[in-house]
Amino acid sequence: MTQDNHGKAYKFGMVIDLDKCTGCGSCMVACMSENNVPFKEDETNKKDSITWMKVFKLTNGKPFPDTDICYMPRPCMHCGGKGDHGHSPCVSVCPATATDYGYDTGIVSQIYTRCFGCRYCMGACPYHARYFNWWDPKWPDGMEEYLSPSVSPRMRGVVEKCSFCYHRYQAARDRAYHEERRDNIEEGEYQTACTQACPAGAITFGDLNNPEHEVSKLVKPDTHQCGKPRNPKAFRLLERLQTNPKVYYISEREWVRKAGDNYRDGEWEKSK
Amino acid sequence: MDSALIPKGAKRCPFPVFATGIAVVGAVLLWGVYAMGLCWLKGLNQTNMNDYYGFALWIWADLAVIAIGGGAFFTGLLKYVFGIDELKNIINLAVVIGFICYSSALLILAIDIGQPLRGWFIFWHANVHSMLTEVAFCLSLYFSVLTIEFIPLILENRQIDKVPFFHNLSHNMHSVMAVFAATGAFLSCFHQGSLGGVAGVLYGRPFAYREGLLVWPWTFFLFTWSAAAYGPCFTLTVTKLFEGITRKKLVKDNVVHILAKISGWMITTYIIAKIIDTIYWAFVTAPDMGFSLIDFYSNNSFYGIWILFAEIVLGGIVPAVILTVKKYRENNKLLLVAILLGVFGVCLNRWVMVLQVMAVPVMSFDTWALYVPSWQEIATTILPVAYGVILISLAYRYLPVFPQEQELYDAK
Amino acid sequence: MFPFSFEWAWDAGHYLFFGGMWYTIIILSLGMTFCVVKTIVDTASGKGGHHGDDDAHHGTCCSNKGNNGHH
Repeated sequence: MTQDNHGKAYKFGMVIDLDKCTGCGSCMVACMSENNVPFKEDETNKKDSITWMKVFKLTNGKPFPDTDICYMPRPCMHCGGKGDHGHSPCVSVCPATATDYGYDTGIVSQIYTRCFGCRYCMGACPYHARYFNWWDPKWPDGMEEYLSPSVSPRMRGVVEKCSFCYHRYQAARDRAYHEERRDNIEEGEYQTACTQACPAGAITFGDLNNPEHEVSKLVKPDTHQCGKPRNPKAFRLLERLQTNPKVYYISEREWVRKAGDNYRDGEWEKSK
Repeated sequence: MDSALIPKGAKRCPFPVFATGIAVVGAVLLWGVYAMGLCWLKGLNQTNMNDYYGFALWIWADLAVIAIGGGAFFTGLLKYVFGIDELKNIINLAVVIGFICYSSALLILAIDIGQPLRGWFIFWHANVHSMLTEVAFCLSLYFSVLTIEFIPLILENRQIDKVPFFHNLSHNMHSVMAVFAATGAFLSCFHQGSLGGVAGVLYGRPFAYREGLLVWPWTFFLFTWSAAAYGPCFTLTVTKLFEGITRKKLVKDNVVHILAKISGWMITTYIIAKIIDTIYWAFVTAPDMGFSLIDFYSNNSFYGIWILFAEIVLGGIVPAVILTVKKYRENNKLLLVAILLGVFGVCLNRWVMVLQVMAVPVMSFDTWALYVPSWQEIATTILPVAYGVILISLAYRYLPVFPQEQELYDAK
Repeated sequence: MFPFSFEWAWDAGHYLFFGGMWYTIIILSLGMTFCVVKTIVDTASGKGGHHGDDDAHHGTCCSNKGNNGHH
């Protein structure tokens, strides 16, 4: 285990090919059922709906016939924080140590029974990846039977977010120990629900520290620059804030890559 | 009816009039308590907050009352540590205001959290790197200092003072008050500062983020300085309010002018620092993150550049000029304008550093998040005001809050 | 808050933060203990027992004089 994320520890990450995403929402559905995400009877107000994985709709703003649309799935970015030292925007501000950075996995955890609902982490997250339980979860009759036993449901008044299906990592790690492989987990052994559910194969998940894993091959993370992608078609959301996310996006379309960050007039052209 | 409790020789309105006033404000208080009960029993779904807008109106109120309550620590510091003796004539009021402001702030925090029964986790499982942890610790400790400072005043009630034990306790507490005041100032520097740090450390929020010194962003120092600068403005505002309502002079002009002058110079230095901070943020920090200044003040229906102007010019430069120039400061009307603008300025600063931070979009495809508070939020925000009015009225009626009252009355 | 909480670390952050906290708590506790003990001693030795109704104003003088209160 290292404190800088550059060593032998895992650094799980995700690559989403935005040119493949059709915006079907399968990832959102899979995530909700996998992680017992509560829902409301009336979901019209999206700003208090809990969506660990949320698909944003982006447009290039041009009139027909040049209109182009991109669907952008957004899980928790599991930021490494400035310098990739694990001081994620949310982890560093949580007053009760209810969210923590796993130096062995690079995953940002959320301890529901520790969180007392101050929502400071939500204010700190520029991606709106954190959600507050405004209500107690209310499952339709019989639905309790279908809840995943591996993920604890959350109570009213606490914050929750995508965990990169951490329970799947735990299961894979347990299996590896049982089979005397120590913590040597194969790429296919630990995959998130959204990755497996995507019908277009737009989502890839794996260990960014392992050059053999598909995620590393796709984005070629530069360890000297806190994992910045070397693939020119790849980018991370709000790279300039130095949050150092572990979710990468790929697109051939220039306007999509530009939409991934903020640029003042003329800056984008210069940065190309 | 209650004349035996009223300070000797002091003129107070008849008890039925006082009781009626308290009952009216008490009704407002009960309305707030009802809303608070709803938030506790039914949860924060009673508010109009959402996942885009996680800090509500009452968090602004929380920061604002702490800022304007800063008069307590700063006046205490000036009197007990720097030895400006004239301020003994206004320190009692500053302490009562501070006590009200800080107890309100703690109450608001208790309503604001999603799991109030777990509130103690912030102490028990403290993350020492979080600004909010620092706020919680320093706020609670400073509240105990304010309580210690308030106790002697309560003990000076005409009837309580007759009990030898209480009389001696009050005297003995005064004798070591400098130690308590210094501790209070130390704690205040950190909690006022860490409240500023709450926004300043958010490097995912370019509108709030500031560079700084060691672990403290510049907003840390700006908040401490502004609370010390503007806190006395509120102390003076309440003094003027009392004098207006009771139609008598309660504090001598020289005391008011000393505090106004100190406040004026503090505001002057603060606003210079604030302008430098704003310029650096607008031209270096924000552009590094891909934002122009105008991005934070356009494409929405409320937050325009006017708010920056109002904060810095109306709430900063204008009161600074009035309070530092002797001729203006000693003009009663201008003084009133200055202290009111001062209170407005610091409250607006806290608004901007809490609510506008939440409203500004960060992702390029995101939208502004504007929110209108629910009645429960408004009621819970008014609750501390009603509580404050009742407590300060009780204090004025039964305790020697204004030591010069009798002398000024006799002189008249 | 205490070393037996699992998030506790013996590092500079914890030394400074909790050092400051305990220092403050000790100062306040000692200050109050001093006041209460001295008050008990003073009261037992008969100080402050002579006050009548007019002494409320006298009490006010205490606050005005701050640490120079005369008794």
